[in-house]
Amino acid sequence: MYQGIRIAGFGGQGVVSAGILLAQAGVEDKKNASWLPSYGPEMRGGTANCSVVVTDGEVYTPIVSAPDSVIVMNEPSLPKFEPLIKKGGLLILNSSLINSRPTRQDIDVVCVPCNDIAKELGMDRIANLVALGAFIKKTGAVSLQSVANAMKKVYKRAKPEMLELNQKALQAGFDFVK
Amino acid sequence: MTIIAKKPQSLTDIPMHYCPGCGHGIVHRLMAETFDELNIAGRVIGVAPVGCAVFADDYFACDMVQGAHGRGPAIATGIKRSKPQAIVFSYQGDGDLASIGMAEIVHAAVRSENITIIFINNAIYGMTGGQMAPTTLVGQVATTAPKGRDPKLQGWPINMCEMLSQITGAKYLERVAVDTAQHVMAAKKAIKKAFENQVKGVGFSMVEVISQCPTNWHASVEQALEFVRTQMMPQYPLGVFKDEGAK
Amino acid sequence: MTEKTLRKGNEALAEGAIRAGARFFAGYPITPQNEVPEYMSAYMADAGGAFVQAESEVAAINMVYGAAATGTRSMTSSSSPGISLKQEGITYLASADLPCLIVNVMRGGPGLGSIGGAQGDYFQATRGGGNGDYRVIVLAPNSVEELGNFPKLGFELAEKYRMPCMILADGILGQMMESMAFHFDPIDPRALGKLDWAVDIEKNGRPKRKVFSYKGDNLIADVTERAKRYGLIEKTETRWEERDCEDCDVLLVAYGLSSRACLEAIQKAKEEGLKVGLFRPITLWPFPAQRLAKLATRAKAVLAVEQSLGQMVQDVKLAINGQTPVYLNAYPAGGQPDGNSILTAVKSCLNGGKEGLFDLQEHAEGFAYECKRDLSLGVQGDCKGGK
Repeated sequence: MYQGIRIAGFGGQGVVSAGILLAQAGVEDKKNASWLPSYGPEMRGGTANCSVVVTDGEVYTPIVSAPDSVIVMNEPSLPKFEPLIKKGGLLILNSSLINSRPTRQDIDVVCVPCNDIAKELGMDRIANLVALGAFIKKTGAVSLQSVANAMKKVYKRAKPEMLELNQKALQAGFDFVK
Repeated sequence: MTIIAKKPQSLTDIPMHYCPGCGHGIVHRLMAETFDELNIAGRVIGVAPVGCAVFADDYFACDMVQGAHGRGPAIATGIKRSKPQAIVFSYQGDGDLASIGMAEIVHAAVRSENITIIFINNAIYGMTGGQMAPTTLVGQVATTAPKGRDPKLQGWPINMCEMLSQITGAKYLERVAVDTAQHVMAAKKAIKKAFENQVKGVGFSMVEVISQCPTNWHASVEQALEFVRTQMMPQYPLGVFKDEGAK
Repeated sequence: MTEKTLRKGNEALAEGAIRAGARFFAGYPITPQNEVPEYMSAYMADAGGAFVQAESEVAAINMVYGAAATGTRSMTSSSSPGISLKQEGITYLASADLPCLIVNVMRGGPGLGSIGGAQGDYFQATRGGGNGDYRVIVLAPNSVEELGNFPKLGFELAEKYRMPCMILADGILGQMMESMAFHFDPIDPRALGKLDWAVDIEKNGRPKRKVFSYKGDNLIADVTERAKRYGLIEKTETRWEERDCEDCDVLLVAYGLSSRACLEAIQKAKEEGLKVGLFRPITLWPFPAQRLAKLATRAKAVLAVEQSLGQMVQDVKLAINGQTPVYLNAYPAGGQPDGNSILTAVKSCLNGGKEGLFDLQEHAEGFAYECKRDLSLGVQGDCKGGK
């Protein structure tokens, strides 16, 4: 198993932290993992994205130029990342905020209303975890339990009720994909 | 035979290379006497500069480090932070301290490094052969100011004690001279105080010594001493600019 | 100890350095290495060491000079433009035979350049950016795990040979997180024993010690004596990694992050039935020339992959000395190689194509440059063509 993933969205949508969570979950699963953010001035507002690799073997380059999977959380990220996806790869699309639809026919597209689901749970900010849940269901790259374990390490200062809410968002995304 | 005067133990037997009439040798001796009297000789680690005193690492009997031009306060910082029990000094000239090493001296003061700076101000670059220093007086001739320092082109001399006195971290600043026996005795007192401060943990202490350079001033020793009194002292008044050691 | 954790490269490096016994750090903020001084400011004091945020990179390296003179395991870190500023201190450290660790988390250059990861400082690191005849041991990690473990190796080599050692990383290695493990237990530097040359406060009647850079009349003896250590290092301290090198048609040569993209290229090449190997220098100085030369004789072509206009490739050519054609696949100024682009260059090596291969003079083909100044005045002959 070798999964190269790109996660993209607005700064503040939690795409960078979702990536760390995914990489940490890979480590919890005794896999090798890497995470690389877009860093520098790019971070100051505008779009953010990160590359994640989770694999049973060794991580080649941490720069995922041809991702197996892409999660896009906002409209501008779709045209930027859709073309990069490997043939037969996966695109998770946040349909709450993205009106356009991908044009490629050779990829697997899953539209998830991440923000709507998150709002139903009571917090818009956890839309990233809804998307992550959907990704996990589709790929099996890491286990749900590993992400739960990873949350405790990545969100060290989070209150128990917040962790519980995060867990619900993850589960909701997971359950959304049939 | 009765010994009435001897070399301080904190100086080595290596003959000094300084020119006749130069102030460096006097200041070295005052520092060495201080180490002996304060009984700190075993703890002293000195930093020698680039300039005429580059060979100071031969003359002091303590462990010595000689580094890059102007970086003495940074090197001393590295030594002191690694060996907090050491008594660390940085010995610097005016080009070294007030020109190329301006940032290092200012920030050592800002951090109030608990070190002692001995600053020899003779208003000229000595080792390189008499170029204009940041402390060269207005009108003073130097090899890079052949018509004399012109403020329109080269600005005015810089007064380091006055400037550093604005910095909270600078705890003791005094300007002394070594042109007369009386002044030498006062200089000794100031140098001793600057090292006592370090022993007590007071913080950044600096003694600026107005010194004579007969060679590069193209003057006899007599004329040089006269220059110190009539030209240097009006620009660089002697005195204590800051003393927070007692507080 | 072998348990893998997810760590950011810069933090793994900083933690690895403290574990390796670093007890003095001075640095100045510059992207993309800021996590190093930040980590040090948080944890160095707990380890019984000192952290100083210096007023400049120049001051920082000179603080290291002072701290290293006391025998303390001392280090600084910076990124390319900051490393340029440290060159003065590095040549002084070399001249005074002081061991220390210098970390360069490279970014795009020249000048202020960009903050993206790059490999433009190979010359500066291996040829000495400072004045005079000296060398610096240069270690090139290609993973967060190596970033975390190389400080120990770096300090040990630096102390063994009494000279500065540099870890040459890059912005992406510094910024990325990766699963890694430390392969050594934390070291208490007090247990390492005292160095017989370091300035100290416990003199106990021993002769005075001097750490100094001005050698005057003794300079020739000083430099030639030190050169023996350099020769010994070249003979005994080269380090490298080989992947599928024994039986390949194209031998890739890459260090640091570029070598990771080569792993991807090798994978893709396998799928297409191409035989591609990777030779990864881990010490850039000393460069593992001998082994590379031996392996190169079995390959049809050697392809240097680096994120510069072609710097390491010169060492590759020196090592191979014309036995096998050497090509360059270049990604200057922060460009990033990936498996596909490297594979394109590999194919060019095999089929005589040009795609993906970089050559400065071919790069300038059809390019004319006009200077607006009249440079004809008073010219006595410009010696063009060796007149």
